[in-house]
Amino acid sequence: MDPENTAVDVLERRKRMAVLAGAAGDELRRLWRGACVAVEAIPVRGPETGLATVRGRIGGGGSPFNVGEVTVTRATVRLPDGRIGHAYAIGRDHEKARISATIDALCHDPVWASRLEAAVVAPLAAAQQAADTRKREETAATKVDFFTMVRGED
Amino acid sequence: MYVAVKGGEAAIRNAHRLLDDRRRGDRSVPALTLDQIVAQLALAVDRVMAEGSLYDPELAALAVKQARGDMIEAIFLVRAYRTTLPRFGYTNPVDTAAMRIERRVSATYKDLPGGQLLGPTFDYTHRLLDPELAGDAEGRSPERREAPEEQMPRVSDILAAEGLIEEDGNLAEGRRTGDITREPLEFPLERDSRLQALARGDEGFLLALAYSTQRGYARSHPFVGEIRIGEVELELEVAELDFPVPLGRIRVTECQMVNQFKGSAKAPPQFTRGYGLVFGQSERKAMAMSLCDRALRAGELGEDLTAPAQDEEFVISHSDNVQATGFVEHLKLPHYVDFQAELDLVRRMRREAEKRPSDRPSREAAE
Repeated sequence: MDPENTAVDVLERRKRMAVLAGAAGDELRRLWRGACVAVEAIPVRGPETGLATVRGRIGGGGSPFNVGEVTVTRATVRLPDGRIGHAYAIGRDHEKARISATIDALCHDPVWASRLEAAVVAPLAAAQQAADTRKREETAATKVDFFTMVRGED
Repeated sequence: MYVAVKGGEAAIRNAHRLLDDRRRGDRSVPALTLDQIVAQLALAVDRVMAEGSLYDPELAALAVKQARGDMIEAIFLVRAYRTTLPRFGYTNPVDTAAMRIERRVSATYKDLPGGQLLGPTFDYTHRLLDPELAGDAEGRSPERREAPEEQMPRVSDILAAEGLIEEDGNLAEGRRTGDITREPLEFPLERDSRLQALARGDEGFLLALAYSTQRGYARSHPFVGEIRIGEVELELEVAELDFPVPLGRIRVTECQMVNQFKGSAKAPPQFTRGYGLVFGQSERKAMAMSLCDRALRAGELGEDLTAPAQDEEFVISHSDNVQATGFVEHLKLPHYVDFQAELDLVRRMRREAEKRPSDRPSREAAE
């Protein structure tokens, strides 16, 4: 762990990784190309696809049990200056993992972090949030409103 | 003497070529794309992911296409693919209380926090074929209703407040979670291994067993405490990072079955529970799983073992449709030598039986 890694940094990094992992590959590629980043990331590991075993809990909150596997693709890259970046995401999109790992490596530098936040991460996060809101509202429209029938006069 | 017979190579090659042709069908009809299958045959894709035990919609769609819609064949393809990949690890257990809900209903409480959300359900449709779908119908766009993000506590947590329902299943402290893909099945199983087997078990088989419990074979007085469908976040602990790395989200279906229980020497009268958790939107499967889970807890709760659904070895050993189809379908492969041997044997037995004709009628009469 980098000594300058504060809790806030970890939180930021985790949030960024969640947005990248949840992004559609094509959308990430489009924004990444738009950001015009000319940096040579050297692959250290992968991109490679493997499995993670998904766990649930008995009854929802009890002891863990295995539900099944999910495909996961990961990549680790090193920048010429030695910074390392990691990426993990559900699915089999190798290029997405490579780009995400490069972004992770670049974002160790706060200047890069704010630049890529604006150019790539924030638009992805906004799109995800909009999709979540839409889905939540569509679901909400199927909520049952119970009413009581009063019969007879009283 | 054993004589090996070879042959059929050209026939097999041509059969597979014919299969390719028949799979594609009429070339004037456009080929299905995987996007179409993922989007428009979504529940078929979900079933293949659940029973194939691999969450990957595109791969499941490919399997459905390759298998010409034969679900068990598709599940087999996915299982086979699974074995080619390395395993990175076990995710942290998903938090279904934090699920992004797409459907949530309870048959036990009308007014529960978060409400009853029907979502995209077949319930309350009239099951009339819709001729509009035969064409290229656009489909209606959904209504929307403004809704704040709100907590949707699991119904089991609400009931627990009164102390009349058992807790979420907690196994012995320090137990290493069972994994039926790593260790051979050994009966009796712990509940974690059993749930893993049920989660990938054949929907039809579990449905029939669940139905049998309702009809009186291990009656368990069930109520759907809650069914919820939606997306949950996955995260994985990895060596290179000192925080759990987020992987993205998957859709799952959870069923909390609540069962009236009159009590036994081992447990007081209370509501007991069965649990179902399945990949994708797989409501029928999650319900069947939870009913089977509860029936299989008979021993633990001190109930009489009287019904097939309570027989763990029977249920779990026959719930995997890839194993089942492998063993049943292997019968159609050449058994020429075995059958010749049996033919000889039956001929010999027949000859011996015919040698003592006086013997036979009297034995038949006795039976």
